[in-house]
Amino acid sequence: MSLSIIKPGLLDTIQDLGRTGYSRLGINSGGAMDRYAAQVANMLVGNETPEAVIEIHFPGAQFLFEQNTLISITGGDFNAMLNDEPVPLWHPIVVRKNAVLHFPKLQSGSRCYLAVHGGLCVNRWLNSYSTHLKAGAGGFQGRKLEKGDEIPFRESRIYFAGLLKPGREFEVLKWKVDTGNTYRHPNEIYIIKGNEWDQLTEQSQQHLQEDNFTIHPFSDRMGYQLKGVDLKRTDNTELVSSGVSFGTIQLLPNGQLIVLMADHQTTGGYPRVGHVISAHLPKLAQLRPSDCIHFETTDLATAENLLLAQQQELNILQRACTERLNQMVC
Amino acid sequence: MTNQYKIFPLGDAAVTLDMGNTISETLNQKALAMQQWLLAHPFEGLKDCLVAYSSLTLLYNPVIIKKYYKPADTVFAWVADLLQEAFDKALSTPTASRDVIRIPVCYEEPYAPDLAALAREKQLTTGEVIHLHTAPVYNVYMIGFLPGFSYMGEVHERIAMPRKQYPAPVNAGSVGIAGSQTGIYPLNSPGGWQIVGQTPLRLFEPFAPEPVKLQAGDRVQFYAISKNEFMEYIQRL
Repeated sequence: MSLSIIKPGLLDTIQDLGRTGYSRLGINSGGAMDRYAAQVANMLVGNETPEAVIEIHFPGAQFLFEQNTLISITGGDFNAMLNDEPVPLWHPIVVRKNAVLHFPKLQSGSRCYLAVHGGLCVNRWLNSYSTHLKAGAGGFQGRKLEKGDEIPFRESRIYFAGLLKPGREFEVLKWKVDTGNTYRHPNEIYIIKGNEWDQLTEQSQQHLQEDNFTIHPFSDRMGYQLKGVDLKRTDNTELVSSGVSFGTIQLLPNGQLIVLMADHQTTGGYPRVGHVISAHLPKLAQLRPSDCIHFETTDLATAENLLLAQQQELNILQRACTERLNQMVC
Repeated sequence: MTNQYKIFPLGDAAVTLDMGNTISETLNQKALAMQQWLLAHPFEGLKDCLVAYSSLTLLYNPVIIKKYYKPADTVFAWVADLLQEAFDKALSTPTASRDVIRIPVCYEEPYAPDLAALAREKQLTTGEVIHLHTAPVYNVYMIGFLPGFSYMGEVHERIAMPRKQYPAPVNAGSVGIAGSQTGIYPLNSPGGWQIVGQTPLRLFEPFAPEPVKLQAGDRVQFYAISKNEFMEYIQRL
């Protein structure tokens, strides 16, 4: 029971919802960039949401399934193909042994997630499957996936072959997730004001709220560097380092902004002018270099309510997926 | 003891209690005491708790807090109240009584790429820099940046030197100076600190029962070892 990598991709790593409890040792949380897509991928195949998934960047790897199984692909659209036939995102898909999954073309988004029914058997390090590249720990041997890697998955009680039509290599199951609420208006990113917001000049505050910012090519899992007009502080006092979080928007000494993403360091010393709200991190995680961002300030209560609403949707989805999968087995 | 502090949201899933933009042992001890209090009084949804120089940051899951405690106001307000309670109830214990962790450092080439330049800049001999760097017992204020990267201070003002303008590759174990701070790189990494030596000790071992050797609140003193001693250490480890 495993899948193997027949051709490596740019950066394909094992991720989950992040590593918690070790920030005070400088060990950052990491985890999936788009946690919504990662959770939905697991739900579609009947897994618990903290299961390990594969986060795929474009160009993605080619995967060979060495056993019949149930998979799902969510997040960015890289034109997923099973044995050269296109397959849709956000659906459960039964695949036959020896089917090959590949991603020939970047359509939209920045990273996609592959989940396998039962979950992947990979290394847990400090209570998380997430790959910590710097530490060389967690996930698959603490590194990105390479040619020849075999990732075992857990055995299943479902007889998948019975769901495949003769001669077909895969079967897309009927139900699909409506992701509209999460990814609507992809470039509109809500933020709440950071502690050093008030140190921005009035004009800079205005720029931050009204201008478009472009995602710089030097953006990665650690952070998105943004290009825009130089922002200024009225107070240029240096700050002593303190904690930062996923979504923190820092003002760099050159007047440009950086948004801290999943692999951000635990602490930082640049002014925190704002924070992307949690509910909008998934859509931010799907933006790409040269995409535009427009920030809109909101308040904490709104931010919390949007996150709760997103979670409620996920809860409903999980119940529905479990029900459908149970019916399928009976 | 200070009573000055500010609690502010660090996004919608984190909160910071900040006691001032300063490096102070007293404030750092207070932050550590609060961390201890919170770890002894954890709440559902608490994900992480980290001490920096003069602040404490909590990372939390708002959804879980909402579900368990049903706060009337925002989740942030609920966590902020708890932080305030931690501030009121946590008693600082001076760390001065703690055992000093002695760390061997080789201040010779090729382990000290920036030592000569720092000495020149400060009009000191390298011997004087080493003496000034090994004399004090440093306080570990915080761990951050990389797994196990220790921010210690404060170095003697005569060897305080700003970061390099451009980061350069740094070897694991390198001991650096940045402003009045000193610290040890636990991993190979790009870094901007002035590297004055290297320890043969491994301060981060991902698969050891305690992956990170130094913690905030520890007290550290460096002592100089020769290149030969450095090699002996490496062979022994």
